[in-house]
Amino acid sequence: MAAVETAVKRLAIPPHNVVIISGIGCSSNLPHFLTSYGFHGIHGRVLPVAEGIRWANHGLTVIGTGGDGDGFGIGAGHFVHTMRRNVDMTYVTMDNQIYGLTTGQASPTSTMGQKTKSTPTGVIERPIDPIALALASGATYVARGFSGDVKQLTDLIAGGIQHKGFAFVDVFSPCVTYNKLNTFDFFRQRVYKLENAGHDPSDIVAAWQRSLEWGDKIPIGLFYRTERPTYEDLEEVLAAGPLAQQPVGLKGRESVLDEFV
Amino acid sequence: MTDLAVRAGGQAGDGIASIGETISRCFSRLGWHVFGLNAYQSVIRGGHVWFQARTSDARPYSQGDQADVLYALDKQTVSVHGHSLRRGGTVIYDPEKFAVAESELPAGVRALGVPTLEFARKYTSQSILQNAGGMGAAAYLAGIPLDILNEALRDSFGKKAGDVVEWNLGAAGAGFEFARAHASESDHAIGRRGPAKLLMNGNAAIALGAVAGGCKFLAQYPMTPASSIMHWMAAHSHSLGVVVKQAEDELAAINMAIGASFGGVRSMTATSGGGFSLMTEALGMAGMTETPLVVVESQRAGPSTGLPTKTEQGDLNLMLGAGQSEFPRAILAPSNPAEAYRTMIRAFQLAEDWQTPILVASDLHLSENFMTVDREEVPLDIPLPSLFTVEPNGHEYQRYQYTASGVSPRAFPGQPGLQFVAGSDEHDERGHLISDVKSGIPVWVTERQRMMDKRMRKLQGLVGAIEPPTWEGPSDAALTFVAWGSTVGAVRDAMAALAAQGRPTNLLRFPAVYPIDADRVRAALAPPRRTLLVEANYSGQFGRLLRAETGVHLSERLLKYDGEPFYPHEIVVRALEVMADGGK
Repeated sequence: MAAVETAVKRLAIPPHNVVIISGIGCSSNLPHFLTSYGFHGIHGRVLPVAEGIRWANHGLTVIGTGGDGDGFGIGAGHFVHTMRRNVDMTYVTMDNQIYGLTTGQASPTSTMGQKTKSTPTGVIERPIDPIALALASGATYVARGFSGDVKQLTDLIAGGIQHKGFAFVDVFSPCVTYNKLNTFDFFRQRVYKLENAGHDPSDIVAAWQRSLEWGDKIPIGLFYRTERPTYEDLEEVLAAGPLAQQPVGLKGRESVLDEFV
Repeated sequence: MTDLAVRAGGQAGDGIASIGETISRCFSRLGWHVFGLNAYQSVIRGGHVWFQARTSDARPYSQGDQADVLYALDKQTVSVHGHSLRRGGTVIYDPEKFAVAESELPAGVRALGVPTLEFARKYTSQSILQNAGGMGAAAYLAGIPLDILNEALRDSFGKKAGDVVEWNLGAAGAGFEFARAHASESDHAIGRRGPAKLLMNGNAAIALGAVAGGCKFLAQYPMTPASSIMHWMAAHSHSLGVVVKQAEDELAAINMAIGASFGGVRSMTATSGGGFSLMTEALGMAGMTETPLVVVESQRAGPSTGLPTKTEQGDLNLMLGAGQSEFPRAILAPSNPAEAYRTMIRAFQLAEDWQTPILVASDLHLSENFMTVDREEVPLDIPLPSLFTVEPNGHEYQRYQYTASGVSPRAFPGQPGLQFVAGSDEHDERGHLISDVKSGIPVWVTERQRMMDKRMRKLQGLVGAIEPPTWEGPSDAALTFVAWGSTVGAVRDAMAALAAQGRPTNLLRFPAVYPIDADRVRAALAPPRRTLLVEANYSGQFGRLLRAETGVHLSERLLKYDGEPFYPHEIVVRALEVMADGGK
């Protein structure tokens, strides 16, 4: 949470031009801690609300936040489609690999075999790999941070906000109460930084390979970055400026009735 | 008196709708009012489809009961529709395809074999051109001048390449002349009556009215019979400056529309019952966050997937109850395209004024059938004040400030000094959550109740702001119809038929079905008034709503849930029964 706030401050974006959209979950009290505009919506629908705001006023800096349940479970469909559209926004998921707000059920990123309240004998589904999914879906900025390294995380989020296109930052955010497996220590012992490992973030094949690494060594940092036109670039109606500032109504548009004669 | 209907039937893929629209346009361009019924199925080819274009001296509000000219592209059309022909009517068919004997038709109905395929072969091997010959013969029998048909064909086919227009004109002329030579003189003459009228279906009127009402954003997921709202809007997106987004699902569609409204534009979504079911959670979020939103729900026969191309008014209960707990909403129910246009303008105004979701109940019968509209019924110059009315005033801005009306000043992202959070969780006047750590603490218990009261106060305002129930017909009639939505059309035509029989009736029409002004409705329907509730669903959902809100029980009901629209004669028969009972 602090990283998003610091990133916005560092980029010196006026807070009234920032909208933070959050869903429901432990991750989602975020907008109430900031001085920007906020929309605290229903579970799983962060991204469509964020898209609507962007299209109504693409002068705004739009940041979506959510958890792993919100983004990869109930909202998984929106996650994929928003990335293929390359909507110019930043999406930060605080991924604790558990449903914490509802007191500890398995999440889409829970580890196979992990025992939770809803899986007392262990999870028997493969976890979703958010980084690989983002690469496959067309996100143009794909990164992973760790809440135990706030400095790097802030850099990644600030980079995402500056990036023109859909920026996805998945954040290992250990739940100190309900996830005894993926703890701070678990990650501290395993994470390594891609920028220190010679990774080239313009190389999508290398990004794919890094996204598959999980075990004793887990990469964090920027996996992939590329440029392609955003949805807002390609939506011709928005070429005339933010929709909220465009003229409304049909006054003087008599020719619109011609087709009905 | 003219009451004239041309019906065409065949299989999906035969071009029936195109024939029907062309004939309808001939009438409307000559200044005649038209009702065009497009009965179709959700298949690309095969399956019986038909179209009826009806015109009359009095404005036709429904498809009517009978036809005067039936153009049958297959034999099934003769067996399905032959009995609907009025005495003096004619069946047009091509003897090369099948035979029709006058003995299989009602008394006084003629069969006219027209060599439409032969006419077509002069120009092309494509059999679709047979329709032009059939249309030509139908136009002659309906009294439509050939030059008017030719003009309509030119406009229909003008965009197509090469000789298509000339082929159509040639084949249509041949059909017209054939009918002139082989049929007795037409009983009808459709001369010019006045300036051309506008011919539109309900969905075009809904989309047009939305833009006139200031709509800048539509997000929608395809679902019959709402899809053509998106089609019209998408076709005009660039010229009218409306962003149209086909979303990945209805969940996204409504959330995008809410986001866009929060972001500063008037926005909407549209769907049918299945999609609306998916939207219900977000509908409550619009209510809770006090975000204006217009949702068009074009009903079709359900439950579940139901009959995708057939009509019903079965989703009223769903619209009334959609979303957990309670929040203010209104449900508007236009009955025809002209009303739909005005209703959309009103819906956007209400959504803005009361900062809450406004539902517009359409159905397949309204959405996909055609009616004429006079130009003055679709005024384009609608006052649309800026949404940006709040400025910082030195005090802390409170997005959810308590007010007498329940409506609080609304700011938008991008405005300096007015930052707030719109919360789906319960919140205080500033928008701060009271849902988690504060809930249960006495001061916040009170706060929750006050905030709920504030939101729900809007319902009192909405009662006065929506269009009230309106009377049509003589006040001293022996029977009062109660109807809403597209069903009103057939009721109006039934009332005209009953009046012609010396049995005057009247109608209490509900242009908005919720909220109900209980005192007003109770007074309007007080005994000894005899009533007949007419609606297209199984349980009389609107009747139940009226009883719950007013205590008035409408015991006489005509309910229909077979997927077909009401026909005036069905209503006439039932009305006469009720009136006969009343005379006991």
